[in-house]
Amino acid sequence: MSDHRHVDEFTGVETTGHEWDGIRELDNPLPRWWQWVFWACVVWSVGYWVVYPAWPLVSSHTKGMIGYSSRAEVAQEIKTATAGMAGQLERIRKAPLEQIRTDTGLREFALAGGRSAFNVNCSQCHGSGAQGFKGFPNLNDDEWIWGGTIDAIFRTITHGIRNTEDENAHQSEMPAFGRDGILTKAQVSDVAEYVLSLSGQAADATAAARGKPLFTDNCAACHGDNGQGSTEFGAPALNNNIWLYGGDKQSIVETVTNSRRGVMPAWGRHLDEATVKQLAIYVHSLGGGK
Amino acid sequence: MGSLLDSVIDAPEIREYDVEAVNRKETRPPLYVPRKKIHPRRTHGFFRTFKWWVMAVTLGIYYVTPWLRWDRGPGAPDQAVLVDIPGRRFYFFFIEIWPQEFYYIAGLLIMAGLGLFLVTSVVGRAWCGYACPQTVWTDLFIWVERLVEGDRGARIRLDKEPMSAAKATKRLTKYVIWLIIAMGTGGAWVFYFADAPTLLVDLFTGQAATVAYATVGVLTFTTFTLGGFMREQVCTYMCPWPRIQAAMMDEESLTVTYRTDRGEPRKPFEKNADWDKRGDCIDCKACVVVCPMGIDIRDGQQLECITCALCIDACDDVMGKIGRPRGLIDYDSIANDERRREGKETKLRLFRPRTLFYFALWALIGLGMVYVLLTRSDLDINVIHDRNPLYTTLSDGSIRNGYTFKILNKAREQRTLTLHASGLPGIKLKVVGSEDMGDSPDPYFTVKPDRLQSFRLLVTVPPGILKGDAADLRFVLKEINTGQTASYNSLFRGPQ
Repeated sequence: MSDHRHVDEFTGVETTGHEWDGIRELDNPLPRWWQWVFWACVVWSVGYWVVYPAWPLVSSHTKGMIGYSSRAEVAQEIKTATAGMAGQLERIRKAPLEQIRTDTGLREFALAGGRSAFNVNCSQCHGSGAQGFKGFPNLNDDEWIWGGTIDAIFRTITHGIRNTEDENAHQSEMPAFGRDGILTKAQVSDVAEYVLSLSGQAADATAAARGKPLFTDNCAACHGDNGQGSTEFGAPALNNNIWLYGGDKQSIVETVTNSRRGVMPAWGRHLDEATVKQLAIYVHSLGGGK
Repeated sequence: MGSLLDSVIDAPEIREYDVEAVNRKETRPPLYVPRKKIHPRRTHGFFRTFKWWVMAVTLGIYYVTPWLRWDRGPGAPDQAVLVDIPGRRFYFFFIEIWPQEFYYIAGLLIMAGLGLFLVTSVVGRAWCGYACPQTVWTDLFIWVERLVEGDRGARIRLDKEPMSAAKATKRLTKYVIWLIIAMGTGGAWVFYFADAPTLLVDLFTGQAATVAYATVGVLTFTTFTLGGFMREQVCTYMCPWPRIQAAMMDEESLTVTYRTDRGEPRKPFEKNADWDKRGDCIDCKACVVVCPMGIDIRDGQQLECITCALCIDACDDVMGKIGRPRGLIDYDSIANDERRREGKETKLRLFRPRTLFYFALWALIGLGMVYVLLTRSDLDINVIHDRNPLYTTLSDGSIRNGYTFKILNKAREQRTLTLHASGLPGIKLKVVGSEDMGDSPDPYFTVKPDRLQSFRLLVTVPPGILKGDAADLRFVLKEINTGQTASYNSLFRGPQ
């Protein structure tokens, strides 16, 4: 800022003293309307501080005059939204699952609600697209460890799997064949070769032949004679392309050696019935539902 | 007071006006000075009549259009031009535009822009002078002002008078008529957005939507202030067009021009003057006094001029009275001025590379729009491939992809359609939520009239078919009765 006055020769107006490439800014007063708007905003803001919560204090804040708070407003909006959905939720709570699925309006409501409940409660393990991860089943495919009908899905979500919070939870336990010394290392390897052959993968034929009787004795009770699995025991099919813990030799050996037992919470204890029903409808619609 | 009055000089009916242009060349004021009030005097003549006609036609179109009916059959609105925002449709006579066809509106806006370029390159700021809403409503408001308060002289006198009952009555009458026009303007606008007869009743019985009243209120306020009080200030300071227009014009563009070679040197009128020794301009300032922008066209082409040509009418009138040829002020080009000075013949060059280029662009987009409109289908399909997961492997090794597909049935009847997917052998389609279709290769379904319906589709391909991690997939939607089709090219994805 230069301190000597400079007056623009064309307009006779004093400049601000700043200069950029020979261009100077005239020091014209602000338009009056603009100033009025500015002062009106200042006055408005003072009124705003008084009426609404505004200033932080040491351990609290000014409360305003009308008892407004944005937190209460959100709570009220949620309450209104919930009240608006109450009718539909009540219908979902009362209707049998099959009926919800075939009623277009109800199904669309349930799908929307189910999707959001899924994203909040289920996506952490099963993925936001329900695509699953190692040890957490993909819900888009057509293999269901505990059954893929809509009622079976509902039951699984309600009671969960191998948890301690619900006595109706699905229960089953696979022995740790290697770790507990039921099978020797070589035997585990042979069984694994046989399992590989069951799913049509490349396998050592002689080892698989040695593994077959071992499989019949130790595994067929749950996984079936042909490795077709059983939803009753939650024993996955071994004769297909879907592998929860990996389908290569090393993964299978590890599974047989140490056993696998996935756990899922009983959502019936954490969510209301209508939400669980909506979840069942949503999961069933992903494409794998039977 | 006398100096402000129009003084009469010795020739009958020829008056010399005491008026000064708001931006007089000799004393051109700095930018942004306080406004000088303008009291345009009325004119008669070709351009004034033309302006009245343009006003009648444009206002007529604006006020009448929402009331035109167009039968679209049961369940559809019968308003010829309707912007149905809640229903997300735009109706224009036989055309019904969906939100995803907004490019028609974009096309119209581009055409309007290019049309403006074209007009400007041919006749300067003619849009501003005749058809711009600001001009039309200002003209209407000035007409009302003149009707209530009298012409220029009377208005100046009235402004100077102290407030009295008579003055208050005149002012109030003027404001009330302005307000009625302004409300009529805002009122007419909202009729484009709802069924006009119903809305009219609702507006008066207090049942219309708040947004309708708010719109009427805002447009009433803006029409009242912009047309009544701000007038030429809008054209000079608020509108961007005068700052841009110069780029559209060249030396052959017609603009309202004062013929310096003929007019100068200007001298007051003398009877039996020797016209060879002086210019035709008698400096009566009739051109200044009629100008709604308050400028003096004799100072040359300037930003403020809206090319309304009222000064041409005023000058031609004077030229007639003093027995000189018309056209001292006329639509003319800079190039003609040059030609005259060189003693060449003047000419009108409408077809120039610039005008032809603007016209060609304008016509190209227009023809494109017509083509798209004529070949437009009332059946459309949009397919979105699921991102999460990209694909799913089934127990038998098949690969499955999920899609959300949307069918746009723009017809007013229910339709039965089949969907066929091609690109890979052994494709199986399944629509989620429609068990009865089963795994039929070509599911069929019905879509309600004038609706967009969304479905989730699962496409399964047997093991070993997909080579690589993706393949092209083509969906074809076909109407069972008419055989009409719509298609969409998508992708099918699998493991790498």
